[in-house]
Amino acid sequence: MNYYETVFIATPVLSDAQLKELLGKFRGVITENGGQIINEEDWGLRKLAYPIQKKTTGFYYFLEFSGEAAIVDTLETQYRRDERIIRFLTMKQDKYAQEYAAKRRNKNAKKEE
Amino acid sequence: MAANNSTEIRYLNPVSVEVKKKKYCRFKKAGIKYVDYKDGEFLKKFLNEQGKILPRRLTGTSQKFQKKVSQAVKRARHLAILPFVTDLMK
Repeated sequence: MNYYETVFIATPVLSDAQLKELLGKFRGVITENGGQIINEEDWGLRKLAYPIQKKTTGFYYFLEFSGEAAIVDTLETQYRRDERIIRFLTMKQDKYAQEYAAKRRNKNAKKEE
Repeated sequence: MAANNSTEIRYLNPVSVEVKKKKYCRFKKAGIKYVDYKDGEFLKKFLNEQGKILPRRLTGTSQKFQKKVSQAVKRARHLAILPFVTDLMK
């Protein structure tokens, strides 16, 4: 049971409906494969530091989840298959990363109140 | 006699001797344990104008945290949070 965090960038040409469907799809990939989503953050449309596939902006989405190791492979093959995702990064959270993530979640929760 | 006077060099203002500031590892001092790759602003402190990672001898960070910083910067570059190369960043 490891803790992972993943960030992916979707092409900016998506409409809201397509974007929601995309997010739902990846949420489903995690939950179906026995993963459990801990935290999600939508950073929205952001400017990229350098153009990727001739696009200078992208929808960033951040997901924290826990699950078995095999879940990451299925998630990443889904990323590679979906052409709306232009870049992704998944990372296993070590002890300190988990503490940092917990602190970050509290800070965001407090900020929203 | 005159030779001595002319050789004696007088400075207009006192030469400022570069006092050797003791460098310290800001991570150990601040007790930071994890360098987050998502936080672009914080990582920019470790990059120069061209976007290159500053060496340890300038920033004074310990090797353990320099590795974490460089890995975080490389991940941020992968996610286009930080540029690979730029001019006059900051």
